[in-house]
Amino acid sequence: MIVARKIVLRFPPRLVEQPIIYRLVKDYDLQFNILKASVTPNEEGILVLELSGKKKDYDEAVRFITNAGVEVQALVKDVSRLEDRCTHCGACVTMCPVGALVVDTQTKRVDFLNTKCIACGLCIKPCPVRAMEVRL
Amino acid sequence: MTKTIAEINEKISRGQAVVVTAEEVIDLVKKKGAAKAAQEVDVVTTGTFGPMCSSGAYFNLGHSKPRIKIGGGQAYLNDVPAYTGIAAVDIFLGATAMPEDDPRNRIHPGDFNYGGGHVIEELVAGKDVRLVATAYGTDCYPRRKIETLINLKSINEAVLFNMRNAYQNYNVAVNLGDRTIYTYMGVLKPHMGNATYSTAGQLSPLFNDPLYKTIGIGTRIFLGGGIGYVAWHGTQHNPGALRNEKGVPKRGAGTLAVIGDLKQMKPRYLVGTSFIGYGCTMTVGIGVPIPILSEEILLHTTVTDEEILAPIVDYSEAYPQRKPDVLGEVSYAQLRSGKIKVQDKEVPTASLSSYSRAVEIASTLKEWIKKGQFTLTQPVALLPGVESGIKLKGLEERPINKV
Repeated sequence: MIVARKIVLRFPPRLVEQPIIYRLVKDYDLQFNILKASVTPNEEGILVLELSGKKKDYDEAVRFITNAGVEVQALVKDVSRLEDRCTHCGACVTMCPVGALVVDTQTKRVDFLNTKCIACGLCIKPCPVRAMEVRL
Repeated sequence: MTKTIAEINEKISRGQAVVVTAEEVIDLVKKKGAAKAAQEVDVVTTGTFGPMCSSGAYFNLGHSKPRIKIGGGQAYLNDVPAYTGIAAVDIFLGATAMPEDDPRNRIHPGDFNYGGGHVIEELVAGKDVRLVATAYGTDCYPRRKIETLINLKSINEAVLFNMRNAYQNYNVAVNLGDRTIYTYMGVLKPHMGNATYSTAGQLSPLFNDPLYKTIGIGTRIFLGGGIGYVAWHGTQHNPGALRNEKGVPKRGAGTLAVIGDLKQMKPRYLVGTSFIGYGCTMTVGIGVPIPILSEEILLHTTVTDEEILAPIVDYSEAYPQRKPDVLGEVSYAQLRSGKIKVQDKEVPTASLSSYSRAVEIASTLKEWIKKGQFTLTQPVALLPGVESGIKLKGLEERPINKV
């Protein structure tokens, strides 16, 4: 059976400089399509991919990268903000890997740029008042 | 030029008081000069809106028929345990309390979705809350168990009483370690992937009266969207902290204990809050009016984010091990720019307290005073200042000798 899944990979700093995605191709015969990447040496890396291949290979590949220390989660469909709940504190802005949550320097309010959002879900639980909502 | 609080109150009651926020006063004094501005301005309003863990509320539930002595028993509001070691139907609910079956950090990092702060927010929003209490039964209080809905209208007193709020300055948190950590300063990414801070800076109450010349016991304040009072100095009040030449603290220093009737507060300014991997708390909105009694008091209110420095502290090692190490100092202006430099590394910054809502609080308080709805009070005693010699103590452990 062939599967194609969109996933979010979080690399701890020690793994950022290792050729992990290459192994997915070479050892597990998977195809990948990078949807978004944010990788800086010595920092956490975020990679959003579509992975496709045989179900068995896909499962084994996910097991391999998880064991290597990469956090894997399914890409959610949509992230939205509960406007009544958000206090505009700004705790989320350094959680977002793509700059979709930014403080407006004039109003000091947090803008949520829907079009930039890759729905990785990294802002959901760090929000102290749980104003970010995920739809699966 | 000096004014008295009575004179200012007279102007407030005539609807003629000149009131500006701690943000607006900065430009005003630049434009007019301190002497002229001190004559014109009567009150400067401040504001802050951030997570404040030493918060809670006490309630008098009223007596059921037959009576139950909850005091010394157990009481839960929406499954969150409240303190019962007081009289029969008085209980205290702390902001960080959480249901006994909450998994905490058993699977790290825990979510901490619901706790005492959330119960308080729901009560203030007018919602019904489940009270479940058990007791041991006495001749005069025979009942052993009660399960009922309560709300703010149905109970006698509901009083917000926060032992430590409105910290005058606070740490900037970073993580020097190599894994993500989950702290009360939010999620901190490894190798200084981010830095978090939590004050309203130039708008914050105690930064505008750094030497506690006007704020004291009995000062009437904006609390949680309603009216409250300063009850005492807050716990960990540390007036002897390092200060600059103007008396502005460069470390965590003064704090306030505050009190007010919960029934007139608003859920917009008392918000149940969750720190992943750390716990539950409540975000509290406070605004303190500063009466401009002299030019000196006015000058203190002109403090800017550029002048206020905060210490950068590593929360992977220095903080948990109570090491005094500070990695450097940054100004709130730098923090608000979105990035700071620490040990030659550019680090993106995030705030845990809402500046925009602090502005909203200072502006609301300003409107209340201008409309004559809120008058100032003369404190019955000022907060302990630098001269008090109060020093913050650690807990130095001593062995308990068993006989």
